[in-house]
Amino acid sequence: MHSDGKAMEYLGAAAALPARALEPVMAGLQRVLGMGRLPWVFLAPNLAIIALFSLAPVLINVMYSVTGTDNLYPGERTFVGLANFATLLECGNYLDPATCSRDLFWRAVRNALVFVPTQVAVMIGMALATAIALNRDIRARGFFRGIFFFPVMLSPVVVAMTWLWLLQRDGALNGILGLFGFERVSWLTDPSRAFKWSVFVTVWAHMGFYTIILLAGLQSIPADIYEAAKMDRASPWRVFTRITLPLLKPVLLVVFILAVIRSVQTFDEIYVLTGGGPGTATKMIVHYIFDTGFAVMPRNYGLASAASLMLGLVLFVFTAIQMRLARGGGANG
Amino acid sequence: MARLTIEGLSKTFGVVDVIRAANLEIADGEFVVFVGPSGCGKSTLLRLIAGLEEVSSGDIRIDGVSVVRTAAAHRGVAMVFQSYALYPHMTVRENLSFGLENMRMKKAEIARRVDHAAKMLRIDAYLDRKPRQLSGGQRQRVAIGRAITRDPKIFLFDEPLSNLDAELRVLMRLEISKLHNRLKNTMIYVTHDQVEAMTMADRIVVLRAGVIEQVGAPLELYNRPRNRFVAGFIGSPRMNFVPGRVTRVGDSDFDLECDGLGSMTLPRGGRAVAAGQFVTFGVRPEHLELGAAGAGPWRLKVEVVEQQGSSAYLHCSAPAGEVLLHVPGQARQREGEVLDVGPAAGAWHLFGADELRIVGEGP
Amino acid sequence: MAEAAATPLGFLALKRGGRRADWTDWVTYGYLGLGVVVMLVPVLWVVLSSFKTEGNLMEFPPTLLPEAAKTVAVKGYERPLPLYVVKSADGRTATLAQVRRVGIEAQMVDPAHPEAGLVTVPVDAATPIRHFHVGTGNYTRLLDSAGGTIWTSIYNTVFITVVATAITLVMNAMAAFALSKYRFRGSGVALLAILATLMVPATVVLVPIYLIVSELGLLNNVWGVILPVISTPTGVFLLRQYMLTIPDELLEAARMDHASEWRIFWRLILPLATPALAVVAIFSIMSRWNDFLLPLVVLNKPEVYTLQLALAGYSDENGIQYGMLLAMTTLTALPLAVGFLFLQRYITTGIASTGIK
Repeated sequence: MHSDGKAMEYLGAAAALPARALEPVMAGLQRVLGMGRLPWVFLAPNLAIIALFSLAPVLINVMYSVTGTDNLYPGERTFVGLANFATLLECGNYLDPATCSRDLFWRAVRNALVFVPTQVAVMIGMALATAIALNRDIRARGFFRGIFFFPVMLSPVVVAMTWLWLLQRDGALNGILGLFGFERVSWLTDPSRAFKWSVFVTVWAHMGFYTIILLAGLQSIPADIYEAAKMDRASPWRVFTRITLPLLKPVLLVVFILAVIRSVQTFDEIYVLTGGGPGTATKMIVHYIFDTGFAVMPRNYGLASAASLMLGLVLFVFTAIQMRLARGGGANG
Repeated sequence: MARLTIEGLSKTFGVVDVIRAANLEIADGEFVVFVGPSGCGKSTLLRLIAGLEEVSSGDIRIDGVSVVRTAAAHRGVAMVFQSYALYPHMTVRENLSFGLENMRMKKAEIARRVDHAAKMLRIDAYLDRKPRQLSGGQRQRVAIGRAITRDPKIFLFDEPLSNLDAELRVLMRLEISKLHNRLKNTMIYVTHDQVEAMTMADRIVVLRAGVIEQVGAPLELYNRPRNRFVAGFIGSPRMNFVPGRVTRVGDSDFDLECDGLGSMTLPRGGRAVAAGQFVTFGVRPEHLELGAAGAGPWRLKVEVVEQQGSSAYLHCSAPAGEVLLHVPGQARQREGEVLDVGPAAGAWHLFGADELRIVGEGP
Repeated sequence: MAEAAATPLGFLALKRGGRRADWTDWVTYGYLGLGVVVMLVPVLWVVLSSFKTEGNLMEFPPTLLPEAAKTVAVKGYERPLPLYVVKSADGRTATLAQVRRVGIEAQMVDPAHPEAGLVTVPVDAATPIRHFHVGTGNYTRLLDSAGGTIWTSIYNTVFITVVATAITLVMNAMAAFALSKYRFRGSGVALLAILATLMVPATVVLVPIYLIVSELGLLNNVWGVILPVISTPTGVFLLRQYMLTIPDELLEAARMDHASEWRIFWRLILPLATPALAVVAIFSIMSRWNDFLLPLVVLNKPEVYTLQLALAGYSDENGIQYGMLLAMTTLTALPLAVGFLFLQRYITTGIASTGIK
């Protein structure tokens, strides 16, 4: 802690100059506006950025989604009503993406519908197991916790590159298999295998984050409750199901929702790992938006925005649930 | 039914000996209190009996059968934790029945036991509430109820009243004593409060730094403390200790010179004292009497008078430190007065340089 | 517990509290050990591989450690020659240096007796002698390649990270200050607005942000990547929570000392909020360094690429230079990994507290 005290000192000194320069301006504003309105000055930069880059874009999205042509500039677009939405949602047979007018969109939706439950289940399951293991009376707990959290620090590109290198036809994984006499496998050129590896790699990269949160939740359960359960002759399984899980439920729900919100938006790692392939086997929703709006020619901002709004709606629902949980949670005696 | 024997019990944490070679016999139905200052090992001793800590060496036997290798749940003991350790997400009823469900008891039997315990402790009105909806005293009773439903051989209490306010503590003390009279189980109770120990126990075990200093009935410890530590720990307010030296030893009496307080002659009562021996003179505040003017043997100046209404404390100064008197009624003495004070006959003690009480014949 | 600690295994088996380990503990340690391998080994493998030479990298099965051919300087030859163990038809082995290779035959010379002339040896009979060799060639080539464009990417990334973090800290602290230390009309609305941005992740507003950045003339400009992300709701919340614990009496005393609110903010609030600022700074650094989607959309010219874009783009070129790719991956991950070692506790406690809230 002492080292960052020093760092903060230097940073403070560096920041002091512009601060001092602004002081007369701010003091003047304080006089003019009074204490009642001064807070808005402090809030102004934040609110400006929010207005410009969070709130306005939602409206712009709506505007784009109800207009057509491939022009970027709103003035040059034509109003088409809900045609973009209709196009996206138009399908001969909803179970077969090939019959949809925007089959790529539906393939992405299908992929997401399989990917999200699988990836979230695996990730939360492993995070919970790891948190339970870390919560036990072990030595070097800090070390192990750091190791499991470590991949969270890596950028998605680094994560994807790391696993690309391992999963190459001539890579280490095949090398190890070769030691045991197995043949080389092309891990990422087969659709189903690429999909499974996508799940694995994203779990590998993000599990540590949820492990930390679950571990904190586990550690908030007082130790003497476990002792009382011991005296109550509870078998380890019963302790887990009747005591640990119920007391962990609020945290588990929050973690679950967070994981779903992130999982639905998966893009970065998979983009670099498989490029959405082979074919469209691992293309997810955000990838579809990216393709439609920025990769494919001609650019179709209308469809991209329509898809963005639908994604936004799904995320909104989950985020609202999470906030409700966070507000009313923590109800432990 | 539930005899407890502890033999040569030791517990070490790392390099620290928390319990050293403890020996203890507890008879069936006794209410035994482990008492001692913080860190003396009383809670550890209790947890060793409960099975929540592993012994380093020694044996624990319940009804003659060694239990050191038996898991806590199978020893036939039940524990009431200091912080109650109630399951916060379960109702009172579920808290009481959880242990019984784990033993695969029939529902009817569980219900019977739960209702019986709840009525006994007057918590039957709260059976469907959760712990956070109960007051401290009510939670306390639920914790006791949980122990009762298990119908154990031995009840273990780990400082159960320390989280309650003073008034509630007095009430709960009585409740637990009445419970003992009713259930007649062996109960072991840990506390740091010697008042609880004195009022509740059949026998008291005084611990210091992992060693059992003395075991005995409350009055036994009060009247015949084995050493200076027990003498100072038991009895409130604390016994006065004055250093002194034996100046003359006769057949039936001896002279004791107390630091700065002059000399007094005391009956020897068969004690083994020698002239020139350094001793500590101990006398309880309630056993110091005001003597006739000029009769001494001590002359003390009153520093502070504390009137309690039914009795009074006179804090007096002496060269070797404060001497406290506890006198009945409303004291008429004033601050600054000099009093003649002496020990009541037969109500004083001598402690040798080894801190042990120098014993004579008779009480 | 002297007996239990007497053997090394017994010592390992002791848990905190001095109890003997049971089978559940071994399972726990096994699982954690496996976890360490799975988490660490892939990254270590990349780092190790980055020190291999191109030839070494091409081999299958890959060698564990970077290896290179052992070479020796032989009189009469200008460059050091690689050593081989050669087995002759009658079973004798000799150590020879290879001069050149022609088809399935190799011309070798005895390093001890170069004057004896060349010996022709079938290639099958010669196995190379290799030793552990940490090759930094990949790194040197990477840093020089294409006129050192990687330095531009490094500069861009550092600039974005530092500037965005600095601005984020100040802006979010100002907002948190206003929302924690003042009671004013509309504070609820402001808080709600900031909260609302949680509902609007970058993935949902990709196209509009592109339009806005473009309208601002910031396409292909690092500021196009900085401005959209400097207002973070979680940062504001964290700082606000912390500032709420700063006693109001301090501010009142400062006001009576004629300090302006701005002064109070800089000289009182910011220094006192250092722990929370540190956490926000760490999260910001992590996010900016690793940012991918927004830069991918906004930065399209190589001279404004961040490290992440450059790294991802490396795999699109013809003839992927794996060595340099691995070196670049290692370099990109290095700063945060090193920072992580020192700041682990901050990070994990910061996450735990935001998650539980």
